[in-house]
Amino acid sequence: MSVTEDLGYSKSEIMIAASARGLAGARNCFVGVGLPNIVCNLAQRTVARDLQLVYESGVFGARPERLPLSIGDPTLATGATAITSMFELFAYYLQAGLIDVAFLGGAQIDRFGNLNTTVIGSYDAPKVRLPGSGGACEIAIHARQILVIMRQATRSFVEELDFRTSPGHSGDPAHDAARGWHGSGPTSVVTDLGTYGFDDASGQMTLVTMHPGVTLDDVRASMGWEVRVADDVGETPPPTDEELRLIREELDPSGVYTK
Amino acid sequence: MSSKVATMRDAVADLVRDGDTVAIEGFTHLICFAAGHEIIRQRKRDLTLARMTPDVIYDQMVAGGVARKLIFSWLGNPGVGSLHAIRRRIEDHDPGPLEIEEYSHFGMVCRYVAGASNLPFFPIRSYFESDIPSVNPRIVPMRSPYDGEEVYVVPPLRPDVTVVHAQRADESGDAQIWGLLGCQKEAAFAADRVIVVCEEIVEEPVIRRDPNRTVIPGVVVDAVVEEPFACHPSFAQGYYDRDNPFYLEWDRIARDPETLETWLKEWVYDLSSHADYVEKWGAAHWDALRPGEALSGEVDYGRYA
Repeated sequence: MSVTEDLGYSKSEIMIAASARGLAGARNCFVGVGLPNIVCNLAQRTVARDLQLVYESGVFGARPERLPLSIGDPTLATGATAITSMFELFAYYLQAGLIDVAFLGGAQIDRFGNLNTTVIGSYDAPKVRLPGSGGACEIAIHARQILVIMRQATRSFVEELDFRTSPGHSGDPAHDAARGWHGSGPTSVVTDLGTYGFDDASGQMTLVTMHPGVTLDDVRASMGWEVRVADDVGETPPPTDEELRLIREELDPSGVYTK
Repeated sequence: MSSKVATMRDAVADLVRDGDTVAIEGFTHLICFAAGHEIIRQRKRDLTLARMTPDVIYDQMVAGGVARKLIFSWLGNPGVGSLHAIRRRIEDHDPGPLEIEEYSHFGMVCRYVAGASNLPFFPIRSYFESDIPSVNPRIVPMRSPYDGEEVYVVPPLRPDVTVVHAQRADESGDAQIWGLLGCQKEAAFAADRVIVVCEEIVEEPVIRRDPNRTVIPGVVVDAVVEEPFACHPSFAQGYYDRDNPFYLEWDRIARDPETLETWLKEWVYDLSSHADYVEKWGAAHWDALRPGEALSGEVDYGRYA
């Protein structure tokens, strides 16, 4: 892999910066723990000043004073706009269509953005038992945009999922349009190699930019299907000095998620 | 109202029976580990354990041999990784198989809502084009009788026993919670028997001064247990922080069955109560977990005499 420390930032840092820019103008965002949490906090300080951080633990409008270590960290409760029961959060906020954007990830993703967080192997005799859906299945259906952050590897970017926990695009745009869901399937995927969108006509993941130093061969070598590449594929802008300063000094000073 | 105050030992002995469906709820916040430890200590057997997020507490209980089956929606060590004792049971049937029944978060919440509301099922817009219903036949597609729209329905969950932890409660079980609310209210109203554990038992007027904060009324509560630090290593908002190093440490402990067994012996079986557990950790540990102050201010309910 060609990304080196010489570039002055880590793979995590360019993933965070690229993802945060994808939140430009977003309002109500369902946040996950780990990288998505830093991404949302960075976006709130840069491209999405009005971003409301929503956590499935029942928090709307969180203002965490420290880096939350789980989606139920007490720092999310103190100073929040509202704390709701989980029924209210899922029914009135998510199912009713108030959530603009949400982050999902998984052990496996396919070319249509379907996600597996349930098992590797067969369901009845799994090789690896993963956590399961949590809120992911309904988030995938109801959040208006889904952003995925995952490291890229052939074992996770697969031709066929072992289990479809959360639905993505079907591959048939007419079918997708007739679903009547608030959500429209994943809209972007950010990996340690590049960024992807989804093609309107085919619903397929499409390489939009590669991070500096990454080649198409690198991308192909870590993907389980023949990658679809945009005609005008470009280079991901590297993190700016200000983005790096915010990540390193304010959001994750001990480098828990970013090293 | 008469006092329902009991010790944890008596509450668990009287209200948790072999073969029961038990829900110890609390989403990251207010997870009553002390009740789980007492259930392990009393060697309850063949329990069906229900919880949205089984967390470290159910990993400990499964390792302690109390469980036959697990009902859940997210099976992990939050912010850390896997629950290894549960994974061994599922992946390797070691030391025996564990039956599972899984939902999504919204599905689990609505199972409790149906149970608490005396409804035969609850409709939600989820599970479309997911494989989850194919492995759980209790998640069923249904058409709306009004416009034919498709929804999925989930069945009510009515635990034999629900355990919830509250920051404070009075002697009759009126319990007040602040911070993350999870689905404790729904799980308590859905249950046949309810144990409320709290950081502090307070006088009834303290509850009556702020009735909006009462999440569970004593009318559905069978026993009230005062047990400070009962949620450790989870947290009680305003009382103590999550002990994150322990969650990380549990990953190491639970990877190896012998290490886990040694931990259970030292921290559960060889102790007679949660008070021993609190003492064993030592005062410095608890001091380090105490948060700074962030008072809510007060509202005026008005006096209408």
